[in-house]
Amino acid sequence: MTEKSPLEKQRTKLAACAALIVLVILSICIGAGEFSLAGFFHDPDARQLFAVSRLPRTIAAVLTGAALAIAGLIMQALVRNRFVEPSTAGTAQSAALGILIMTLVFPAAPLAVKTLAASVLALAGTSLFMMTVHRLPPAQPYLVPLFALVYGGVIGAVVTFIGWQTDLLQFVGIWTNGEFSGVVRGRYELLWGIAIMAAIAWWVADRLTVLFLGRDASVGLGLSYQRTLQLGLVIVSVISALTVVIVGIVPFVGLVVPNLVSRILGDNLRATIPWVGLSGATLVLGCDVLGRVLRYPYEIPVATVMGVVGAALFLRLMFIRTAHG
Amino acid sequence: MIEIENVSLSYRDVPILRGINLCLPKGGITALVGPNGAGKSSLLSLIARLQPLQTGRITIDGLPVDTAPSRQLAQRLAILRQDGAVASRLTVRELVNFGRFPHHQGRPGNDDLRLAEAALMQFELQALSDRFVDTLSGGQRQRAMVAMTFCQGTDYMLLDEPLNNLDMFHARQLMRSLRAIADERQRTAIIVLHDINQAAAHADRIVAMRDGGIIADGTPEAVLTEDNLEAIFGYRMQITQLAGKPLVLHHL
Repeated sequence: MTEKSPLEKQRTKLAACAALIVLVILSICIGAGEFSLAGFFHDPDARQLFAVSRLPRTIAAVLTGAALAIAGLIMQALVRNRFVEPSTAGTAQSAALGILIMTLVFPAAPLAVKTLAASVLALAGTSLFMMTVHRLPPAQPYLVPLFALVYGGVIGAVVTFIGWQTDLLQFVGIWTNGEFSGVVRGRYELLWGIAIMAAIAWWVADRLTVLFLGRDASVGLGLSYQRTLQLGLVIVSVISALTVVIVGIVPFVGLVVPNLVSRILGDNLRATIPWVGLSGATLVLGCDVLGRVLRYPYEIPVATVMGVVGAALFLRLMFIRTAHG
Repeated sequence: MIEIENVSLSYRDVPILRGINLCLPKGGITALVGPNGAGKSSLLSLIARLQPLQTGRITIDGLPVDTAPSRQLAQRLAILRQDGAVASRLTVRELVNFGRFPHHQGRPGNDDLRLAEAALMQFELQALSDRFVDTLSGGQRQRAMVAMTFCQGTDYMLLDEPLNNLDMFHARQLMRSLRAIADERQRTAIIVLHDINQAAAHADRIVAMRDGGIIADGTPEAVLTEDNLEAIFGYRMQITQLAGKPLVLHHL
């Protein structure tokens, strides 16, 4: 396929930055409550609205988008397949199972403990997925996303079944259908944990890049393959679990964004992780803002908007890929 | 020195290597030849610790490959695999730079960058250096992979069919580069070759394998006899001399 010139790449990066800044401002201004940037300076109510709702919501969308995109990228490096992401491959569903079990067994446990349990289950579910995927014939890369869909679907069905049996379907809906309307000050701060995870991912970016080259190349370059794999699994699981607990499952971000960025900037993760994060943040915040204005003053959950936007982007990616062989 | 003592390997009860004993001193080019399925690639991947040892012992400069720290081995030994398909989108320059990974663990210093540029130059990849590897032709990609292996800067290089996909010009060029590297920097190359005449022209030593065992070992002149070649490949071929090197007329 044709490659973009350095100038075009520079332009694309600038456009992504500008889009994010515009969206942040829009996200702060748009909502059911009256708010204007001018009012912010002399109206204490506006400042209150800003601090309690708009700012947390914007931060949450940015963090979620960035981290989910990075988690998708890491997962693709772990299984060396471009068509998987945590929200379809069972990681997010396992996390939902974890928090569902905690809600049933220890309903009084603090949110942090429940999140920890969700992370542990996400780790177990993803590890099982990885072990199975590594046994699939490498000559058939499309088996991996197919298996991922089935695997994630089965775990998701278990979650729904338990939820139905125990009259917790409403909660299940909250975890599996991501939205930001519940994000207010005091209820999203755990999300900063995913920023830490994303920072760790950037810190070990070179090791992840080597991992992307495959097991033999990793061993040949003296990388401790198993340990890097495990670290990647932990990062993916914690990011997924935290987003499921606080926001709910947001599909497609981890699939579409890494593919788009890789197409333009490649897979040297040290250089691309910031752009993957920024693009993911832009996409999720954009979908959230769209969800807020489409039926104003009512809201459409970000997961629903992303389902449509993400699917369209994904189809486009597929067609570009086919067109270029 | 690479020492291989009594190494056997089997896969689901099918023997692949049978009691290999081989000593490869530092320096020079050793060519591994033999028919498909002789166990050449398996032997290389055992030396490079890509597969666990089942029996026997392999050491590199005294370091046992199954217990020595992987990073320490990666500073002494580099391997180019036969199926080196790169799934990720790195530019040629980035890929070659990652050859230095065992030395800098992701934080390349000026020396590392300089060595990577030298490798790009050595394998004439400057014009391609900003292209993504997955947009290159098979032969160009193969050269990039060889440059990456070279850039690792190890005393020992294991190359599994490095001439795959290369046209005659670049195959000759690669063998000459390896010869120069072996002569000028005392580096050791162990190469799986199917073109027996490349082995005859450029290797110091030929090790011939068949059915998981070594059946001939020595200088090209000593190994490339009509009887040996028939024992290795299963048919008789003529051998002549050209420019003081044996020339095997294997295609006639």
